[in-house]
Amino acid sequence: MPIVDDTGAARPAKVAPPRRQRIPVGLLLPAGLGLLFLTFPLIGLLVRAPWTTLPRRLTEPGVLTALWLSLQCASLATVACVLLGVPLAWLLARVEFPGRRLVRALVTVPLVLPPVVGGVALLLVFGRRGLLGEWLDTTFGITFPFTTTGVVIAEAFVAMPFLIIAVEGALRGADSRYEEAAATLGAGRWTTFTHVTLPLVAPGIAAGAVLCWARALGEFGATITFAGNYPGTTQTMPLAVYLALETDLDAAIVLSLILLTVSVAILAGLRDRWITSP
Amino acid sequence: MTSRWIRTTLTALTAVTVVGLSACADDTKTAGPQPSARSASSAATVTGDVTVFAAASLTETFKAIGKDFETANPGAKVTFNFAGSSALATQINQGAPADVFASAAPANMKTVTDAGGGEGTATTFVKNQLVIAVPKGNPKAIKGLADLTKPGVKVALCAEQVPCGAAAKKALDTAAVKLTPVTLEQDVKAALSKVKLGEVDAALVYRTDAKVATADVDGVEFPESAGAINDYPIIVLKKAKNAAGAQAFVAYVLSDKGKAVLTAAGFQAP
Repeated sequence: MPIVDDTGAARPAKVAPPRRQRIPVGLLLPAGLGLLFLTFPLIGLLVRAPWTTLPRRLTEPGVLTALWLSLQCASLATVACVLLGVPLAWLLARVEFPGRRLVRALVTVPLVLPPVVGGVALLLVFGRRGLLGEWLDTTFGITFPFTTTGVVIAEAFVAMPFLIIAVEGALRGADSRYEEAAATLGAGRWTTFTHVTLPLVAPGIAAGAVLCWARALGEFGATITFAGNYPGTTQTMPLAVYLALETDLDAAIVLSLILLTVSVAILAGLRDRWITSP
Repeated sequence: MTSRWIRTTLTALTAVTVVGLSACADDTKTAGPQPSARSASSAATVTGDVTVFAAASLTETFKAIGKDFETANPGAKVTFNFAGSSALATQINQGAPADVFASAAPANMKTVTDAGGGEGTATTFVKNQLVIAVPKGNPKAIKGLADLTKPGVKVALCAEQVPCGAAAKKALDTAAVKLTPVTLEQDVKAALSKVKLGEVDAALVYRTDAKVATADVDGVEFPESAGAINDYPIIVLKKAKNAAGAQAFVAYVLSDKGKAVLTAAGFQAP
């Protein structure tokens, strides 16, 4: 199900699509196959779900704790990604600087890095003996592994590229003449950014944030490696699902469905309220 | 070409029959020496791919045994899938293409045999017990389970769903030690790596895992581990594509050569 438009740009709401246009079979066939491919695993979960025991499992104490922790951490990670990622995307889209290509490539590193490796990398930097972690620990007594903050860090690390890429795309697609006009009228770069650029690409930021949130919500590898797994502090839903899978396939399916239902409901709600609004 | 194929199939069938019979005769769960099986496998070399699903704690030893096995059977190639035993059991029950399953606990083996996935009964080939893995030099001076509850000591355990976690719980219960770990890891290697990276001060891992990591880790033995010994069962799977190769590999693990590799790594004979 398409949760976000690819660019997130506001769609031409009033222009009705041409009626009864012939859809080329060359597009329809792969599109249909693509849809099947994406939805079949979901159908598999639904078919195999132990519906009779569902209510009992829903009320098991650990489940709601993990779900609540997941929602909190993914939301905090998204906030962090927006605060840091939007300026970075602006820099990449609007400023010519040496090494921009390299920076753009570096931004996508968490995308290609296996999340578990990302978790190890985070440990090497923010761990108790990490490059920064050791100093943070000895100076301030702050440690990140095995804390909820650690979960947020791991999720933000993995999810931020999704936001940056979406926002940079929106910035490049936005008409820069508005910004130029603002500059001609005497607006500084900061004012132009806050009063012209941001409103212009707001739908793109919203779309990027949604992608980012969804990725953070499903994060597993970096989280379990960097933050560990303990109920209540670091055990998010994906971790609970993985461990349930160790002993009880039915429980794992139920947990997956809960996570899926809640996230789809939230995303659908957001979409109606924010993303498609002009 | 065809005649060679037939010959291979015949020898394979013979091997299956011989090992199968001896497995039937071997009712006790512990592995007695199986001379008939061993002579069969050494007489007829097997060929083809053998896919072995083995517990994470067997990674080093089984890789070594696999190499020896390939040397002894030049036409054979052993492919391993190492993971937590419970994950492996789930994969096998969901139809993953495996020939042999070596589990770190009888419970996970039971998951497979209860689903009808095993050929004959499982054989216990080694035992393993827990030690406390601490960073090299034991900076927090940990001497036993009770020391793990000292303030400022961060401990990683395996999650109870995996064998090393179940064993840890048993040992802690036996010692009546109430412990709040900072993390419950998904398998024994993950728990060990948290010690290696210095993120925790101690973890309960298998003796064999601590032994592999002696460069970074010291293993502290504790008496209560005797009450939480893990049996490692191995079995040929019913859906094995290469049944002959699977039988031969299991026989090789149970042979003196296989046992030598395993005991050298710190496993105990069953």
